[in-house]
Amino acid sequence: MIKSRSQNLIELRTFTLDSMSLYRKTPFLVIGDRGLLIEFGDEISPETNQKVRAMALAIKTAAIEGIMEAVPTYRSLLVVYNPLIVSIEDLKKRLKLLEEKLPQTLFPEPKLTRLPVVYGDLYGPDFHYVAEYCHISREEVIQLHCSKPYLIYMIGFMPGYPYMGDLPEALVTPRLKTPRLSVPAGSVAISQKQTGIYPMESPGGWQIIGRTPVRLFDPEKDPPALLRMGDLVQFYSITAEEFEEWET
Amino acid sequence: MTEVAVFEILEPGVLTTIQDLGRYGFSQFGVPPSGALDTFSFRVANLLVGNRLEEACLEVTVMGLKLKALTEVVIAITGGDLFPTLNGDPLEMWRTHLLVEGDVVAFRSLRGGCRSYFSVSGGFAVPRIMESKSTYLAGKFGGLEGRALKRSDVLYAPDNPIPVDRLGYRFPKDWIPPLQGEAFLRVIPGPQDRHFTKKGFETFCSASYQVTRQCDRMGVRLEGPKIERRIDVEESIISEGLLPGAIQVPGDGKPIILLTESVTGGYAKIAAIISADLSKVAQLKPGDHIRFEPISIEEAHNLLKEQEGRLRNLEESLPSHRR
Repeated sequence: MIKSRSQNLIELRTFTLDSMSLYRKTPFLVIGDRGLLIEFGDEISPETNQKVRAMALAIKTAAIEGIMEAVPTYRSLLVVYNPLIVSIEDLKKRLKLLEEKLPQTLFPEPKLTRLPVVYGDLYGPDFHYVAEYCHISREEVIQLHCSKPYLIYMIGFMPGYPYMGDLPEALVTPRLKTPRLSVPAGSVAISQKQTGIYPMESPGGWQIIGRTPVRLFDPEKDPPALLRMGDLVQFYSITAEEFEEWET
Repeated sequence: MTEVAVFEILEPGVLTTIQDLGRYGFSQFGVPPSGALDTFSFRVANLLVGNRLEEACLEVTVMGLKLKALTEVVIAITGGDLFPTLNGDPLEMWRTHLLVEGDVVAFRSLRGGCRSYFSVSGGFAVPRIMESKSTYLAGKFGGLEGRALKRSDVLYAPDNPIPVDRLGYRFPKDWIPPLQGEAFLRVIPGPQDRHFTKKGFETFCSASYQVTRQCDRMGVRLEGPKIERRIDVEESIISEGLLPGAIQVPGDGKPIILLTESVTGGYAKIAAIISADLSKVAQLKPGDHIRFEPISIEEAHNLLKEQEGRLRNLEESLPSHRR
């Protein structure tokens, strides 16, 4: 089962590398006097996201002096630099050279993390709404949500929060009209085609369908986040008793 | 290294946190930089007492902090003028002071700016989390137990000898950044300036905006004329990386300046404030007025070089560098 999933990703990878050559003019946008935003496309898709990931890996390997940070997101990579160490002209030149070599990027095999979720009731206050909105049974919500591994497009918004997708069409639900002021840590949520997990208590506008007992972020650990961009997550259903007895 | 208790917090004030220059390299895990907002004043505070530029200081917000020295220490206070006193008498800012056991420093009221930096020789001793001592309030880690200081906290510093060569040292008066009533903030347009109409961009560059009460380490929400968006673009964009100083414009057309506790966001950014002016943003408080002025990136880099040059001149003129 797991093997066939990673094979899907290999196909995706080949596709990405072929299509990369079509992307000759990647825009470099300026954000302030310390940021360059490299935009690889204007949609949320695994292909575009894979380019972002390739560039992030290339920058890390190249270890260019003066680059403080590279922030990978859905379709762009923000490069934060120190203009006192590297000039913007030199930086652009070096990044363009890296970009030309992207089609040769070798990605590490994606890691698949299986995460337990207790669905519904107190753990998923929007679970019933999602079933109603999608005109499916509660069991089907669980089945659909657990039906395939999701790609982690990015970690953002808050420490360790994974933006994952794409949900099966039958489960696509809009976000809440009014965001909640407080969402408990571990809450598993969906919004449009995306699914995510709140690693710590925070305000939030996504539909909460369940909760995982697994800790996604620990500032004392290296790396601090359990999940990484480019890896995969597969959910599976557990009971409330299993949740309460879970040992992290 | 042995550590010694240096201060007891008698009153924590509105918001006092331990900060250094921030946490970089962890945004891929959703971790924002955090760190001192006014990095210029912060670094001067460290230089004066003989610390490394990035050593942890207290960031004191608005007023109310009161602390008692538990041993002999050398301190300096820079940044916003929160009317600091020593045992009830006014305490001069931008210079070093020797405190003895039992001395009480209090920040009485806000006279200018918004945030002060309080350094102690040797720096405040807290564990490094992801290579930084900065407090990340929303993430609840870094600094002292990931939170603002509270009453009865005891702060520690390395047990180093007193830097006697720094006593009485002052930062040159005419180098102190002025705390004016209306701040002019220079910006570089983009990356989504094209999401707004020509009229909208002109509004942004010509209007006076006022700082609202929604003003913290995450961002500063502004009140003022609405910035007109093009009708053919959506209100939100696909979530992307953020930098301190980026100015996002949500659906209501009122700009928000993002600060050091933000990591990614999904609203269009009309412009970003230049690095040399970020320290001014740190000193804004509710009610203050600001105007934006677009400049070129070359100018921005030159202004940053000038500012850093002043800091380097100061560093080289200090006693430890004359040896």
